[in-house]
Order: sequence, then structure tokens, then C-alpha cells
Amino acid sequence: MPVNPVLASFGDLAYSTALVLYLLAMVLHAVEYAAARAGAVPSQVVVAPGEGSVATLAPVATLAPPAPRRGKPERVGRSAVALTVLAALVHTSSLALRGAAIGRVPWANMYEFASAICLVAVTAWLVVLYRQRGAEPVLRRLGVFVLLPVVVLLFLGGTVLYAQAAPLIPALNSYWITIHVSAAATASGILLVSGVASVLYLVRERAGDRVADRLPSSATLDRLAYRTAVFALPIWTFAVMTGAIWAEAAWGRYWGWDPKETCSLVAWVVYAGYLHARATAGWRGSRAAWINVAGFGVMLFNLFFVNIVIAGFHSYAGI
Amino acid sequence: MDRLTRLMALARNTWRGLTSMRTALVLLFLLALAALPGALLPQYALNPERVRTYRTEHPTLAPVLDKLGFFEVFASPWFAAIYLLLFVSLVGCVVPRSAEYARQLRRAPVATPRNLARLPHHARSQSPNISVEEVITAARRRLRGWRIAEGDEPHGTRTLSAERGYLREAGNLVFHLALLGLLVCFAIGKLVGYEGQVIVLANGSQFCNSGPLAYDSFRPGLSVDGTRLGPFCLRVERFTSTYLSTGQPQEFRAAISYQGPDDLAAGAWHPQQLAVNDPLRLGGTRVYLLGNGYAPQFTVTFPDGQQRTGLVQWRPVEIATLLSEGTTKFDPPGVTDDAVRRTRQIAITGLFAPTAAFQGSLLSSGFPDLRDPAVAIDVLQGDLGNNSGRGQSIFSIDQSMVDSGRLKQVARQNLRPGEQLTLPDRTVVRFDGVTRFVSLQVSYDPAQLWVLGFAVLVLAGLALSLTVKRRRFWVRVSPAGPDGTVVELGGLARTEAAGYGEEFDRIAADLLPPGSSQPLVPAAASRKGDVM
Ligand code: HEM
Repeated sequence: MPVNPVLASFGDLAYSTALVLYLLAMVLHAVEYAAARAGAVPSQVVVAPGEGSVATLAPVATLAPPAPRRGKPERVGRSAVALTVLAALVHTSSLALRGAAIGRVPWANMYEFASAICLVAVTAWLVVLYRQRGAEPVLRRLGVFVLLPVVVLLFLGGTVLYAQAAPLIPALNSYWITIHVSAAATASGILLVSGVASVLYLVRERAGDRVADRLPSSATLDRLAYRTAVFALPIWTFAVMTGAIWAEAAWGRYWGWDPKETCSLVAWVVYAGYLHARATAGWRGSRAAWINVAGFGVMLFNLFFVNIVIAGFHSYAGI
Repeated sequence: MDRLTRLMALARNTWRGLTSMRTALVLLFLLALAALPGALLPQYALNPERVRTYRTEHPTLAPVLDKLGFFEVFASPWFAAIYLLLFVSLVGCVVPRSAEYARQLRRAPVATPRNLARLPHHARSQSPNISVEEVITAARRRLRGWRIAEGDEPHGTRTLSAERGYLREAGNLVFHLALLGLLVCFAIGKLVGYEGQVIVLANGSQFCNSGPLAYDSFRPGLSVDGTRLGPFCLRVERFTSTYLSTGQPQEFRAAISYQGPDDLAAGAWHPQQLAVNDPLRLGGTRVYLLGNGYAPQFTVTFPDGQQRTGLVQWRPVEIATLLSEGTTKFDPPGVTDDAVRRTRQIAITGLFAPTAAFQGSLLSSGFPDLRDPAVAIDVLQGDLGNNSGRGQSIFSIDQSMVDSGRLKQVARQNLRPGEQLTLPDRTVVRFDGVTRFVSLQVSYDPAQLWVLGFAVLVLAGLALSLTVKRRRFWVRVSPAGPDGTVVELGGLARTEAAGYGEEFDRIAADLLPPGSSQPLVPAAASRKGDVM
């Protein structure tokens, strides 16, 4: 299947446009964050005392929620979200165009894969916002922190990792690429949101200062981290499993301790540890959050270091 | 006696410690940590070449690492110790939990707590025009599918406790047990399986799975002695590759014929296409096309007129362009005296390029496909040292023979197919042309389908245990008060963070009598601030 260069260049154009839009949205979120006054949000939440893992959120103001005030931060925040939605649509079209240009799934090298991860992360973030319409104002301020790694990753993708649209090499030419890599990108994108939530949780716990108390409560952050991780872990499990099935067909064995395989397993074990920690007395809270952050650290390491620095079967995924 | 009790206590405490969540957690991290050097450092099992390079680059550190097993992490005793401990911990954890789960399945839900207002989810209302009995009946109907127990309290108060989501625990147990099964099957596969690599020229050459010696490298499982490999033979008829103009490979395909176990006697050959991602499966034995390269062919005409032809694979050194290096070695024909023979051996060593690109006389390759092949060779004459007892690489000469002057370079030239050169003693070396070779892998692992089965169970168990919520719901109805019947509801989930609020609110909205007085705590309240 020959490459269609026109579609491919439109895809690249959409990619850059999305990146700029994300950047703008991030700036708007930052303005919102800076303008917001801590505690000025109706759905501020507190932790019910005396609960461990069953930290429950009890409302402060339950009877009469104040009428929504459309202050300046509110308007800016709303535009930031609208811009993010637009950016995500443009981003989606960039992947779709590239897919159409090369006649295959558009995540077969690091540039495409990083782009897919970012799209999943943004989508996951928008879904969280949508489902939390009630608590939106306070949650929305996280936007700047979610978009930051997305913008950085997309920038690196568009510059350092950029790869021309090209058909697949024989080793990758299998329907498993659709299944395995989609699952891996989905899990990674959601885990990115989870990792951001845990980092902010730690910031919030450590530095209970002026900066941090504009963040949602630590219980809210903890919950966000947990729920996203719980959603992503089976997907990641599936990704590792299908990777093994593919390896059996491509390399002659389903598991061979290739650096990529090893690192994926390590990440999986760390996330299993995260869930265990949340069920272990004395490990909830900060320690669990650290584990979640470590888990995402391993994922990033697996994406960049293993692909670029360590020679293994996966290094042909190319940069 | 006292000693015995103390010993028993020690054993009990050790066991408790080993099977506690905390230990499991620590062991999980140790496992993750211990696996990392396996990804970061070169490993013998994956690439012995890179271990050797690492060893020469780190002459002081490497021997220590080697002694500690860091170049074969996944076969090292400390790695085994960690996962075995984790195993014991897992068994010690899961078995009692399974028993406890079985008991729970037969027990009634927990009685209604005295003070429902202290629960994370709570709602309450009063209504004059509904009876205690009506509320309880409605609750029973609404909570169909839940495990329910009812109770009576003084002054006509009735209670109902309900619980649901037992599958969560079942999923969790299936997950952990399947994990055990998976690892056991993995180990069995390693024990009784084998892997072998072999290079076969794609000119109708034949390979038979007759034993370890048929392979270039063979990795048997511990219980494999190589006498009973699944019998089959194959011939590689042709190898074709297609490339994009950029040199990126597009397709590799080997046309082979094979004889399965049943065909060997009958002598029937089946044609088959072997491609990357598309192995040949013969019963439990699988044959893979892993790589390919070029084997240049040379003909040496000795001064006495005798000819010898050598056709040996050369090793690709640049994967992108298939620039290859190698050595083709010859013995002088008809020489019986070993001492004489060892002065007249010949080695042709150098580079092969499928698409020659010269910089001056320096050969490099511009494209991986055969467009304009050429070799840049040194011809050496003398003693190859191949009966010195030391193993020799088929790709290179023994440099020490050159250093000691027993093997001398007698010519250096670039040749295209059909071209030849003449040595000082009138020996003629001709570059005839080139043949492609494929590198095949044969794998056998009878346990791999079991591993897959357990992996599916692992995933199913995990999904169940992470999506199902174990939750409780309580109802207390009192006929008290001038304002009528008081309905109080309470809810609690084992894993609160998974979010039970919305469901609780829906049930509460259904149960609290419509048109009753304003609920003291609005049903929706317990959801506020709930993230997601
Ligand atoms: C091979 C090592 C292990 C791995 C990879 C592993 C993995 C996991 C995972 C992914 C979960 C989350 C699923 C869930 O919440 O139901 C989990 C839960 C759990 N595991 Fe393990 N586990 C291992 C060993 C153990 C051991 C040794 C114990 C006992 C000490 C244990 C006890 C538990 C318990 C009690 C839960 C439920 C936690 C909860 O209710 O949230 N696991 N495990």
C-alpha cells in the first residue's frame, strides 16, 4: 500500500494545530488557576474523619448550593475546556489522516504512539470532567497539570521522534499491532492522568501552602488516581498478554525477557503493588501515591529509554 | 516442651509474617526491582555478544556483576528466591481467603448498625402515610438480587440488611490462583521445551530436526536430552524480499517444502510459504523465519588445477543495508601431510555488499537488495589454526595465527560476480555469485496453551475484582413519631473509592416515600464531591 503524501502532510498539519491549541488551552487553565481563590469553590470537599481507605467525601455545603457565579476564572476555565475539546478533535483528525495516508493503524512508531497516548490521556481527562459536572470548577483547575505532560510529549513527538509516514516493516505487519498497541496506548494514556493526580496528591500533602490549596482536596485527587488506575490496569494486562501472543507468532516464543517485555512486567507489578498498598494498613495515602508515580515512571522509561537506548527486539519501532 | 512451644510460636509468626499483605507488597517491589537489571544490563540468554562487549568495556565492574548473576538475572538464585517467596506468600494468603470466602457465602449479611447516620452514605425521611410493612416490602422488592436478612427491634422497628458484589472476592481469588497456575505452566514449558536456531541456504538446502547437532545453537529445557525431538524435515527452495525505495523492508518470504512426522516414511513434501509473523506449525513444533542474509560463493583453483567451491553465509553487520562480513575457508585438496596442509590453507575474508557503493576502494552497501553485488576481500594463506583445538567462529579468522605470522595476507581486492584474482603461487580465486540464506528458529513448548488459558483467567479475575463493588445497604423503619413512619437508610462499600454513592442515591430515591416530608439529608448529598 503506497503512502499518500498529501493526506500525510495534512495529518502533520493537524498535529501541529492540535499542539498549538493544547498549548493555548493550557495557558487559559493556568490563568484560571492563578485567578482562582482557594476555597472559593462551592463543592469544596473534606475527608470524613476516622476513615482509612474508605475515606469518604462528605459535602460541606449540602443544603443550599450557592448559585453559580460566572466569575472571570469560571469563564476562562470554561473556554479552556472548550479549547481542549477542539484540540482533541483536531488531534483525532491528525491520527485519522495519517492512518488514511498509510492504510494502517497510525501507531507503529514512537511519534505515532506518543501521539496516540496523548489523545487517550486528553480524552480520559475530558471524560472525567464530563462525569464530574457537579464538582467541575475545582476539578477543572487540574487542566493545566494534565495538559502540561501532553504538550511536552506532543512537542517531543513532533520534533525529536518525528517519523515520515511509511508502511509497516514485515515484523510489525500483523493484525496484532491493532490490538496490542491500541491497548498499550489506551492504558498508558489513562495511567498518565492517574500519575498526574498522584503527583498533585503528593504536592498537596507535602506543601499545604498557598499554591497547593487551590488544588482539589487530597481525597479527591487520591480518588481520581485510584479510579483511573483501576480502569487502566486490566487494559494494561490485556496489552501485555496480547504482546505475548504476538511475540509467539513473530519471534518464536511468547516470553523471552526482552527489555521491553521485562519493563512492561515491572510496570504491571508496580501497579499491582499500588492496588495492594491501598489495601494494606499504613500504606494508603502518600506511600500508595508514590507507588503510582513510580509506576508511571516505569511506563515512561519503558517508552523512551528502552526504545531508544537499549537494543532489543522492540528497538525497530524506530524513532 | 517449652522449647517446642517457642519453636512453634516462631514458626507461626514467620508464617503469619510471610503471608501478610505487607510482606506481599515488599516482595512485589523486590521482584520489580530485581527484574530491572535484566532489562538494563546485557543478558547471556539474549545476546552473549553484548555481554562480552560490556565485559571489555567495564573490566573491573563486570566480573563482580557476573559473579552475582547480573548477566543472567532470570536464572539467578536471588531472582528465584524472590519469586518463590512470593509464591509461598501467595498460597498462604489465597488458601485461607478462599476458605473464608466459602464461609461468607453461607452467612447472612451483617445486622443493621445502630447508628446509620455515621455511615458514609445515609438518608432519612418521615412520612405519615406509609406503613412500616410497606417500606420493608418495597425494600425487599427493590433489592432483588441482593443477599438480604431482616430483623426486628423493640417498639415495632424493623430492619433489613442487604449485601451484594460477592463476585468481587471470587474474581480476586481467581486472579491470584490463575497467577499461580500461569507461573507453574511457564516453568513446565521451560523444563520440557526447547529452542534451536539454524541457518539454511535458500537454494534447496535441507534441514532435519534430528537432534541438537543439526542446529547452529540449541537451547534445551532441563529435561530435554535431544533424543526425541518432533521429527520433521524442510527444504528452503527460495527466499524473496521486497523493499521500499528507502531501503525499508516490506516483505520477507521463504518458499519451503516440508515433511511432517507422518510424511517422513512416505517421502511426501508439502509446499508452504514461511513469512515473518506467519510460522509453520507442525503439531507442537513451530518453525519461524527470523532473519536472512547473503552467502557469497567462491571457487578456488589450485595451481595443480584442482577446484574447490565454498558457499558459506556471511553475517550482516548493517541491518539496514545488509552489508555483511564473513570468512570462507578452504583446505588444499589432496594433501595428506598435515604439516604441508597447514601451510597452504586459504581464507577469504572481508565484506560483501548487495548493492556496492565504493568510496575510493572502500566498500559499503547502498541498499539491502541484490542490485549490484560486490565483495572486498583479503585472501590469506597459511595455517588457519582450525585444528588447534580452539573453537573458531565461522565468520572470522583466528587473529592470533596472523599475529604469529603463520597466516599471511597474500591478496586484497574488490571483486564483482565472475571476476577473479590470482595469488602469487598462481592459485586463482573467483567470486562466482551469491546465494541467500534464511535463519530459522524451531520452538517447542507444549505448555504454552495452558499459559494462555491461565492468562485469560488472570485477566477475567482482575476485571471482575476491579469492577464489581462489594457493598452493603441497610434499612431501618420505625413507626415512631407524630409525623409518621421514619425511614432511615445507610450504605457502605468495601472499596469506597470505587464509588458507590450514585447507586445508593438511586436506591434511596426509590425507597424514600414520594411526597413525604423533605428528607433531612437530601439523597443526592452523599454524592457531592465524589469524584467520577
Ligand atoms: C504474584 C504476586 C501478586 C500479584 C501480581 C498480585 C496482584 C494483585 C492485584 C493486581 C490486585 C488487585 C485486584 C483487586 O483489588 O482485587 C490484588 C489484590 C489483592 N491481593 Fe494480590 N497479588 C499478588 C500476591 C498477593 C499476596 C501474596 C497476597 C497476600 C498476602 C495478596 C493479597 C491480595 C488481596 C487481599 C487483594 C485485595 C485487595 C483489595 O481488596 O483491594 N496478593 N493483587
